Amino acid sequence: MIEIQALTKKFRRFTALSDVSLSLAKETVVSLVGPNGSGKTTLIKSILGLVRPDSGRILFDGKSISGDVAYRARIGYMPQIGRYPDHMKIGQIFDMIRNIRTEATQTDNELVTAFGLEEMRGKSMRSLSGGTRQKVSAALAFLFDPPVLILDEPTAGLDPVASELLKDKIAKEKRKGKLVLITSHVLSDLEELTTHVVYLQDGSIRFSGTSAELLHDTGADRLNRGIAHLMMRQDGTQKRSS
Amino acid sequence: MLRITRYVVYDLLRNKVSLAYTLFLFVVSVSLFRMEENGGKAVISLLNIVLTVIPLISIVFATIQWYNSYEFVELMLTQPVGRTRVLLSEYAGISGALSLAFLLGVGIPVLLFQCTAAGLSMLLMGVLLTCAFTSIAFFASIRSRDKARGIGVALMLWFYFALIYDGLVLLLLFAFSDYPLERLTMLLCALNPIDLARIFIMLQIDISALMGYTGAVYKDFFGSAAGIAFTAGILLLWILLPLWGAVRHFRKRDL
Amino acid sequence: MRLLLILLIAFPLGAGARTLDVGRGAYPSIRQAIAAASPGDTVRVGPGTYTEGTLNIDKPLTLLGTGSPRLDGQYRDELIIITGADVQVSGFVFLHSGSSSSRDLASVSIANTHNIRINDNRFEEALFGIHAANSSSLLFQNNYLKGRTRTEQTSGNGIHLWKCSGAVVEHNEIHGHRDGIYLEFVSHSLIRSNTSSDNIRYGIHFMFSDRDLYVGNTFSRNGAGVAVMFSNKVVISRNRFLDNWGASAYGLLLKEISDVLLWDNDFYHNTSALQMEGTNRVVARRNSFRANGWAARVQASCSDNVFEENNFIGNTFDVATNGSLVLNRFDRNYWDKYEGYDRNRDGAGDIPYHPVSLYSMIVEKNPTTLILLRSFMVNLLDKVEKAIPSLTPENLVDEKPLMKPLEL
Repeated sequence: MIEIQALTKKFRRFTALSDVSLSLAKETVVSLVGPNGSGKTTLIKSILGLVRPDSGRILFDGKSISGDVAYRARIGYMPQIGRYPDHMKIGQIFDMIRNIRTEATQTDNELVTAFGLEEMRGKSMRSLSGGTRQKVSAALAFLFDPPVLILDEPTAGLDPVASELLKDKIAKEKRKGKLVLITSHVLSDLEELTTHVVYLQDGSIRFSGTSAELLHDTGADRLNRGIAHLMMRQDGTQKRSS
Repeated sequence: MLRITRYVVYDLLRNKVSLAYTLFLFVVSVSLFRMEENGGKAVISLLNIVLTVIPLISIVFATIQWYNSYEFVELMLTQPVGRTRVLLSEYAGISGALSLAFLLGVGIPVLLFQCTAAGLSMLLMGVLLTCAFTSIAFFASIRSRDKARGIGVALMLWFYFALIYDGLVLLLLFAFSDYPLERLTMLLCALNPIDLARIFIMLQIDISALMGYTGAVYKDFFGSAAGIAFTAGILLLWILLPLWGAVRHFRKRDL
Repeated sequence: MRLLLILLIAFPLGAGARTLDVGRGAYPSIRQAIAAASPGDTVRVGPGTYTEGTLNIDKPLTLLGTGSPRLDGQYRDELIIITGADVQVSGFVFLHSGSSSSRDLASVSIANTHNIRINDNRFEEALFGIHAANSSSLLFQNNYLKGRTRTEQTSGNGIHLWKCSGAVVEHNEIHGHRDGIYLEFVSHSLIRSNTSSDNIRYGIHFMFSDRDLYVGNTFSRNGAGVAVMFSNKVVISRNRFLDNWGASAYGLLLKEISDVLLWDNDFYHNTSALQMEGTNRVVARRNSFRANGWAARVQASCSDNVFEENNFIGNTFDVATNGSLVLNRFDRNYWDKYEGYDRNRDGAGDIPYHPVSLYSMIVEKNPTTLILLRSFMVNLLDKVEKAIPSLTPENLVDEKPLMKPLEL
């Protein structure tokens, strides 16, 4: 569904992504993990077209995304920190996005209802807590029933109830055959959903495979442990550069 | 594009600064017209406002607004919307709201008290200057992510166009006073949108003086139909070129 | 008054005079009628076009056109030459009089005589309209003159007087000549209620002409405005100087003249309303200067001139000068640029007004800088100079600037 080929991105002298190649298929839940500054967000932003890579390319359904905007209609994106115009109210944000997405014929309001956002329509974005903002972000990501979902740290800041609701939704969408790409630096929350793990460090992919492969490779009993194992394995060779 | 612009304008209408700006212009214009016994003198005072305050507010306000609407821009760009479209919508919204504020604040008093060629050309130039300086603000602020630095650059640019530039022209004219510099001077004026607007309005107010001495050269050029087309054309370029530069840069940059 | 009495007595009226008709009457041509007339007779000319070359009038005679007879010079001849005294020419249309680059050919030429009255005629396409030399007691009245507008070198003046005295030029309308009215060595004369506009050079141009009155005339859109040079004891009052535009156009140019009363005139929309060079004792009172580029340009060579109770409204520059020494007085004028206050409520501002701005001096030195007019920088310069005067002439000042415009 998404094909990333030899992607490299530098910010001045800092290499955020170095020769990253990755293939993401449908009906999978891919967990993109790695420490802070490992290039997760840069990779996601590259897929979204917000960051322009220095070299390499990204194919969405076999078509390069460079110079294209229409493919984004098929991606639902939930940012790590949802930032919205302060003056607007929740309802207005939803109306606005709906208004812009004229091509979308039907919408999926499941999360809107589940999170009780409909009742909060009149609240202004400025007054919202971090958790509520995340709910808005999540609901927006799922709103147009897109075949690809990219969720950046989705459960951070959500209360346990909302977190469970979101996980159920992710599982449901996956079963419908969607590709879900999730970043997180801890996996405990999403362990049961994850089918594939991509471990990124210093801009390079250090591991890419199914959950089972990870467990097998590391000899761990849970994904979280496996990841920790990966981190420690890298630590020996890693040069700290801060 | 209009769909996005609508939200930009909506956001600005709720912004108290744009409301205060409108009110300020309105109060100043009306009191100038009421205080002065002859409307001509009020127009001259108003001219100074149009040539200094309008560019200043336009460039600073547009810069601040651009940085403040970053979230909105990001949100738009995660949707299937192109960058050019987002940027142009943002530009149309901000320059439109500023022009509207100007037309309400200055335009209504001018139409009421001084609906003359001078008054009307001042309105036209005010709108063009608003659009040009909004465009310059976009050009400058898209290059830097730092809001404080962006505002600093905007203030410097205003200072340059409003004051420094004319000072340099004056020095130049005195340094080479033995040479006929009329043509060069006209060219230099075309390189500053404030000067162009000023000359355009002056042709209505100070036509008598402009007929004297080398003034006649200026009048013959800027006052002719070709000259008016030239002025309008260059001002349009002052709107389009920085905006084009901003779009070019914005399409390439990372967010 | 004395002048008018002389004129009234001079023109013989009535008794003993015959009327000779040209046209359907006894005389087939004007020339024959003039030849047959006795002094004091009237030659009456009916409608029609007459091409009789040049008519000489050397005796007292009234030449009266009825039904606007046309005298056509076919661009060759002068039409009438008057050398006799006590002559009146009235009611004619003078067409196409001759032109020459070496001689001042006129439709009506008057030389070495007195008591001449030229009234209610039309002059079209003439080099010179009326040309009077070395004559006195002249009355030119209600004539309409329209010259053929050409270059300054190849056109002549509308009404031209040289070495004359006791002339009254009134209610004439003059367009398209070189100078509308030209006077050289003309004294004791009255120029009144004429309209002189769209002439190539000056609306009125007078030199070496003393003791004259210019009252109630309108001069507009002339190439160089009005020039008064090398004269003294002149009264210029209730005239209007309008729309004289151009690099060297003046509403009124006063050059090397003294003892002038300049009262109640209206200067509107001129590049330079009043230009003064080498003038002495000009008293400018109750004039209105509106919407001019420069209201008054006073060269440093002027002295003892007075500006009092004038209105300066909407001018780009009020007063400009090229020097720092100022021997002229400004008192109780209204300046619309004045920003002072009047705490004792005597109608005059409490702080003096300096009508010369720094920028006007800059422009005087370097005219190209006019392009910076009304720029923020120029405003700033002027404000600073107002606060700390250093370059503008300190004693060019109106100590009692009026708070309200005068009703003029």
